[in-house]
Amino acid sequence: MKFAFFGGIYNNYLALESAIKDSQKRGVEQLYCLGDIGAFGPHPDRVFPLLNQHQVQVVQGNYDNSIGNDLNDCQCGYTDPKDNHFAQISYEYTYEKTSSQNRAWLKELPTEIRFELMGKRFLLCHGSPRKTNEFLWESTTSTHFLKKQADDFGADIILGTHTGLHWKRNLSEGQQYINVGVLGRPENDGTKNVWYTLVTIEQDRVDVEFIPLEYDHQRLAKEMQSEKLPEEFVETILTGWWTTCLEVLPGRERRVGKF
Amino acid sequence: MSVAFQNSPHVALQALDELWFQVSGTLCNLECTHCFISCSPNNDSFGFLSLETVCRSLEESVRLGVKEYYFTGGEPFLNKEMVPILEETLQYGPATVLTNGTVLKDEWLKRLRDAEDRSGYTLEFRVSIDGPTPEINDPIRGERTFERAMIGVEKLVKAGFLPIITMTRTWSDEEDQRVLSEFQRVLAKHGNDRPRLKILPRLKIGAEAERSEGYNQTERVTKEMMVDYDESQLVCSHSRIVSDRGVHVCPILLEAPDSLLGDSLAESLLPFSLNHGACFTCYLYGSICTNPSSSKKE
Repeated sequence: MKFAFFGGIYNNYLALESAIKDSQKRGVEQLYCLGDIGAFGPHPDRVFPLLNQHQVQVVQGNYDNSIGNDLNDCQCGYTDPKDNHFAQISYEYTYEKTSSQNRAWLKELPTEIRFELMGKRFLLCHGSPRKTNEFLWESTTSTHFLKKQADDFGADIILGTHTGLHWKRNLSEGQQYINVGVLGRPENDGTKNVWYTLVTIEQDRVDVEFIPLEYDHQRLAKEMQSEKLPEEFVETILTGWWTTCLEVLPGRERRVGKF
Repeated sequence: MSVAFQNSPHVALQALDELWFQVSGTLCNLECTHCFISCSPNNDSFGFLSLETVCRSLEESVRLGVKEYYFTGGEPFLNKEMVPILEETLQYGPATVLTNGTVLKDEWLKRLRDAEDRSGYTLEFRVSIDGPTPEINDPIRGERTFERAMIGVEKLVKAGFLPIITMTRTWSDEEDQRVLSEFQRVLAKHGNDRPRLKILPRLKIGAEAERSEGYNQTERVTKEMMVDYDESQLVCSHSRIVSDRGVHVCPILLEAPDSLLGDSLAESLLPFSLNHGACFTCYLYGSICTNPSSSKKE
């Protein structure tokens, strides 16, 4: 059995379209999105029909919680004033351009999805099992922390997103943590593709494959420009380097980027 | 007993996410006027931690699911075992060391960079420099300390680290942005073109209490103040610190007798009463001790 897991979409409906097509070609049976439908990109309302049409099951991210509950900011927890400046532009744009019907839908999303397959207990969350907006970076998350989360929350396979960078860690007793990456923007490595995650379950094996995904990033950049979104955001789409909200990156993840 | 004291709320440890080590005790090569635990070259009221002591706590921390490790003092690099301590820690998880940057050696940094590469976890250096110029920094931290700390920053950058510069605010909150911009320009001149800066509030205890007015009795956290407050902003809800005397509630209250909770991590998991002035600062500013990458703000 094959499943596809998408991380933050950040309004990037073009990458979502590509991801759906790509994963269907690979024979997936169910699509999941781990939250943060909005932010960063253009035309928020173009994402929702795709999710609906392809019956994507969605976990609520911090962004979705904010937009759905009419909050004033995205709850990303930035402290740097510059990061907050850009986060606020993106938040206000997304809020204004998300229909009230879609906002109501975001409000009702579950904060976790659980299921059991072949004796493996899956837990799908946004940040961490215990907190929607917790960053689990590869370099700042100890293995025994993840093991305790898995045990405390009764899970064998934990899947999350929120950081924007994909990674995975095998824990003891066959347990795994998987950060599925995001569709919304590239991974700060100078390439323009984004990432999603394919999980194949066969008997008691759970195989994880991270899929690099091309999409029409030139078109996305043009649409962002016509929507007058910040040039800094457009630059990220066109170059593959993050230009804003870098403060929350650990040193190890930060230094492989350009800024 | 004051009214404020009787009304102190208790905060439970939600999870032991950050384990701190008072690795050089209260010994420091500097004697900053705002130090909240009065560290100095002569203050040996808390001593160095040995590699063996640190290893014992690292081993105990596995069962508790500790996420990250932090090292402070005093000046951690006065401890002769500091490099092996960090090398060992990086086998367990990410490590952050709070240093004044004035005693760093290239050969230590090379060893530590190799250890970081081997481990997969990040090793963060937080360098305390109290402003973008010697005129602001040196009266607080000592003569020529700005120049010496900036040499330390250059060494860290050369070794491939991106240090986090922390500064204690001795200016008004409104001036933060100007200070940050100026510091960015200064750091770029010293080869650090990707500055990471964190401003810390002053804690009016230790040497700082003598320098300024200290806390008055109204500067306390009350039970009423905890209604609808996000407790995870308080250091004591997710941290503990190991010293040569045992395990304390948080790095800030080290010298307060009631901060000592037990001999082992297992004994230190009790709730804590927020009856100190410094708790009020922690309450107001939130997450003052953790790195920005570990922020869990509501």
